[in-house]
Amino acid sequence: MPFATTLAVNDQRLAAIAQQDARKDRAFAWLTGLAAWSVFFTLLATIGTMFWGGREAFSTFGFGFITSSTWDPVNLQFGAFVPIYGTLVTSVIALVIAVPISFGIAVFLTELAPSWMRRPVGTAIELLAGIPSIVYGMWGLFVLVPFLGEHVFPWVDANLGQLWLIGPVFRGPPLGVGMGTAGLVLAIMVIPFIASVLREVFLSVPSQLKESAYALGSTTTEVVWHIVLPYTRSASIGAIFLGLGRALGETMAVTFVLGNSFNFSPSLLDPGTSITATIANEFAEASISPLYESSLIALAFVLFMVVLAVLIPAKLMLRQLAKRAGT
Amino acid sequence: MKITLKQSVLAVCASLSMSLSFAAEITGAGATFVFPAMSRWSSDYNAATQVKVNYQSIGSGGGIAQVKAKTVDFGSTDAPLKPEELAAAGLVQFPSVIGGVVPVVNLKGINAGQVKLSGKVLGDIFLGKITQWNAPEIAALNAGLALPNVRITVVHRSDGSGTTFNFVNYLSKVNAEWKAKVGEGVAVRWPTGLGGKGNEGVAAYTKRINGALGYVELSYATLNKMSHISMQNAAGKFVQPTLDSFRAAAASADWKNSKDFYLVITDAPGAASWPITATNFMLMQKLPTSPERAKAALEFFKWVYANGSKSAEALGYVALPNELVAQINAYWIANLKY
Repeated sequence: MPFATTLAVNDQRLAAIAQQDARKDRAFAWLTGLAAWSVFFTLLATIGTMFWGGREAFSTFGFGFITSSTWDPVNLQFGAFVPIYGTLVTSVIALVIAVPISFGIAVFLTELAPSWMRRPVGTAIELLAGIPSIVYGMWGLFVLVPFLGEHVFPWVDANLGQLWLIGPVFRGPPLGVGMGTAGLVLAIMVIPFIASVLREVFLSVPSQLKESAYALGSTTTEVVWHIVLPYTRSASIGAIFLGLGRALGETMAVTFVLGNSFNFSPSLLDPGTSITATIANEFAEASISPLYESSLIALAFVLFMVVLAVLIPAKLMLRQLAKRAGT
Repeated sequence: MKITLKQSVLAVCASLSMSLSFAAEITGAGATFVFPAMSRWSSDYNAATQVKVNYQSIGSGGGIAQVKAKTVDFGSTDAPLKPEELAAAGLVQFPSVIGGVVPVVNLKGINAGQVKLSGKVLGDIFLGKITQWNAPEIAALNAGLALPNVRITVVHRSDGSGTTFNFVNYLSKVNAEWKAKVGEGVAVRWPTGLGGKGNEGVAAYTKRINGALGYVELSYATLNKMSHISMQNAAGKFVQPTLDSFRAAAASADWKNSKDFYLVITDAPGAASWPITATNFMLMQKLPTSPERAKAALEFFKWVYANGSKSAEALGYVALPNELVAQINAYWIANLKY
């Protein structure tokens, strides 16, 4: 009967199409999985090769590589304490300045600004995020350094530098270059990143939540603090860590305004150095000595570990917060 | 006529292979100290002979490594290799051009060449032992000059460099405490001061900070209109950093008795010599992978010795004295068998 054979043939064709579809889906899953796993393996391979390159430094200096503050290329004694300290301090200063300001920008753009202002200001911030870091470094050196050195730092040294406990942090020659300046330049570089991500994230809060809060009589501050922030908790912290990642890895802007000095000083007005600035400055001539090169690669490995040491507690903290909030 | 893919691929390959055999390109790598002169020479040489010279200024360490690995035809270094190291790597070494390191100062009210310093005092300043411009040690050398009570901010290099090598080599020769505490090398452990990246970085910091004292190559000091220091040389005379004082230092250096030209001419004898003069050295393989390219490189250097002096001097370098060029020619004949 033609009808029965048509049905049977249709079944066969449907089965064949279903098989093909399953195969295509499997291939697609395989390809995307390959992309994801290849990134993971590239990361592992990068960490592995850096550790392998730094093995001579680690075996020669041991744990002292991280605690010693001697960086002597002539006698081949390398200790990474000063660069690590510089990287951490400049990044912390950058975040301390950048996070409140970015938060303010994001809240202003999403809640408070008139709607005609939101698109242009948002675009302006995204443009700022695209400025290359070396331009920030040049601007910092030509504009910020003389300004800070002549007008701000002498005041800081004379007034804050004389206070009882925190004095040593603010005491020093008014050179204009130093860890404070580097932290400030980093903050300016990082603000557009954090602000634009926070703005996107704040916009994603469902308006019903905010409207119900307003309807119940909340002020704008209460809405932001109790509705928007908790809803976007993990994404906001992700935005801050994006900024922190950029601050930790920034090279050229920092090396222009940090002063590149290996003499340890707790003062923000004194020059220092960072891991990335050290590697950028010294890698070209380091091939004269395998231990020197190995120490620089070991420094890169230490930077990786610093980033991990910051990211992992952050993830754990996020998980704790989520647990407490019941999500 | 329809051209198939195969035919067009064959045509491209044929033309490529032809062009590869026609254009000779000499590659070199090494010190940044000589990069301005190198780029000028290579463009002039290309205009004269159609031969391209490609020089990558990746630093002396990189240049030494590349020429040892035979990936470049010649390498360039500011710190000469010892004869044993040259023999072990199968290299020859000869000077190319002479330059000088100039201490520069930024002090309100002080003009170029007014401040006089001796090598020992310069070393003490860089050690951090002398911290104010009106210190008695500096005043003793500068009778009649009113130096202000301003802190001295030392500016050194943050990156490894041949400029640093020659500067600290000089300090080690004239200041025993520097030699013991810090030593010499392309990068050292600076006891005090800020580090600028490259000659440009040192110039930038020095120009911005009142009371700053740094060191740069002569061309940077001239280009940036910086005030230089007048140094006391080995003969006790105070000299200014000019091409003539560099030339005097190069001429007074004892090249004849140096094996493989291993000689650092800082603190050169002679009444008119600038004490911080620096030589740039070229390295080549004794047994190169491509003798034609090595011969082409030698032709380039012969041209530089004969025709490159004017352009080098316009950039702040000094060409080698004629006796030294003759000595280099004899060295080539004795050591290079191609």
